[in-house]
Amino acid sequence: MTVTVARPDERTQPPVRPAKGGAKDRWVRRAPLLPALIFAIVVTQVPFLYTIYLSTTSWNALRPGDKPFVWFDNYVTVLSDSRLRSALFNTVVLTAGAVIFSLILGLVFALLLDRKFLGRGIVRTMLITPFLVMPIAAALLWKHALFNPTYGLINGVFGGSTDWVSSYPKAAVITTLVWQWTPFMMLILLAGLQSQSHEVLEAAKVDGANAWQIFRRMTIPHLRQYLELGALLGSIYLVNTFDAIFSITQGGPGTATTNLPYEIYLTMFRKFEYGEASAAGVIVVILTIIVATFALRVISSLFKMEENR
Amino acid sequence: MRARLHNSIWGVVAWIAGIIFVFPVIWMVLTSFKQENVAATNPPSWFFAPTLAQYTQVFDRNITPFLLNSLMASIFSTILVVLLATPAAYALSLRPVAKWSDSLFFFISTKMMPAVAAFLPVYLLVKHLGMLDNIWTMVILYTSMNLPLAVWMMRSFLLEVPREVLEAGEVDGAGLLTSIRKIILPIVSPGLAATALICFIFAWNEFFLAVNLTATNSGTSPIFLVGFISSEGAFLARLCAAATIVSLPVLIAGWVAQNKLVRGLSMGAVK
Repeated sequence: MTVTVARPDERTQPPVRPAKGGAKDRWVRRAPLLPALIFAIVVTQVPFLYTIYLSTTSWNALRPGDKPFVWFDNYVTVLSDSRLRSALFNTVVLTAGAVIFSLILGLVFALLLDRKFLGRGIVRTMLITPFLVMPIAAALLWKHALFNPTYGLINGVFGGSTDWVSSYPKAAVITTLVWQWTPFMMLILLAGLQSQSHEVLEAAKVDGANAWQIFRRMTIPHLRQYLELGALLGSIYLVNTFDAIFSITQGGPGTATTNLPYEIYLTMFRKFEYGEASAAGVIVVILTIIVATFALRVISSLFKMEENR
Repeated sequence: MRARLHNSIWGVVAWIAGIIFVFPVIWMVLTSFKQENVAATNPPSWFFAPTLAQYTQVFDRNITPFLLNSLMASIFSTILVVLLATPAAYALSLRPVAKWSDSLFFFISTKMMPAVAAFLPVYLLVKHLGMLDNIWTMVILYTSMNLPLAVWMMRSFLLEVPREVLEAGEVDGAGLLTSIRKIILPIVSPGLAATALICFIFAWNEFFLAVNLTATNSGTSPIFLVGFISSEGAFLARLCAAATIVSLPVLIAGWVAQNKLVRGLSMGAVK
């Protein structure tokens, strides 16, 4: 496995610089890009613009008649509704919980796999497997076969009769997500570990550094950009979590595990409040842009720091 | 000698961790070979007479059309993604357009946008066009879902084509098509396969769009599992059989391609 981390700046400059050709040359260069670009704009951006429009209308699909223009009423309704705030809070808790725990567990597994031992390939395959199980199948497996109070495997092995999903709904959802996403983090961190230079590690050993010092002072700083990358990509995927909520808890009990995607889904397909659902969607996109900009800035500043060394 | 002992102790720890971690999957497969009354016992039954009854049941309940729908949506969207993403990645790497990095970040930003945020207009349009419960709708949407990933991934593979070789080819008078066929394709074809595989996996597993846009005609495999959400225990073994069947294609694909998995999942950032 070769390892380099691509950087969104100078380092990944394409081998061929954009030439200052004429208009014809520019279009020849652009032509292969256009189909994909137009497709992406049509399928993702145009609907989003329409979402912005819908968010300014009062439209409940169960109520016939016109859709009056109401300015920012939907935003006021949504923002003053405690449901959205609790959904936002739940999204942060579920995403952060799943990302942090899967990173920690992924790091442990990556460290274990970074040594030579008999059957390493088999262990690696076993550790990757949970990521490959269909997410809704994994969610149902945990719900029925593991968490169930009467015949679930957890109570079956450890005794007791705890109803895991009702008693600890957030922890149950996070556990399922961590189980599925740890392999992802493990693969990224393992790539990071294997890109460490062996000579430098050997030199540190010769200089009398013990294993903990090497890990603390050399491995962790080296892994930092991989940890950041895993956290960023994991958050992008996990913030959209829908399958696990839909199948394990249906957002409950109460609204204990209702995250933003599930809340918008409920507003759309249970309450048919299209205007409010659109406003909530726009708010989610704005929040995502803020978080993503921040995250990308952290990452590119890290890259710069590396380069100035 | 001490180092070897040290390593084998950690090897044992790794084996134990691996077995515990994968155990829910093993349990799923074991349970799928049980009778329902054996599956739902406490304490769990470790020894039992295996039966294929649950698999027969699942196929009797017509899982096949769901599998075929998934196969269609995944394969056609993957083909479309590769056809769109490869030229785009070429225009962002080997013969880049002027503002290539803007386009690159535009693609990734569409991936960051939560699907629910732009879903309502898509739903309304699809409904208006009478395309609800139609597999081609899913093909289009899965294509747009996977396009950013594929563009980033293909770009990272295309950047590995050595510039000198390309230039040498041009000097020798090789046209664009010749250099694509003779130089670029041989180098990037493993990458192309990996990209296609990852797009296939994501399309196969997709749930949110499928549950809201498909019904009886074009329901994909995840939809077959929806019926098990509230089934309290009575059908645990059958659920496990169905879950095993729908997960199998991706399990095999992922095991085969595990060396390429990390690069695809990190959108080409980690090689």
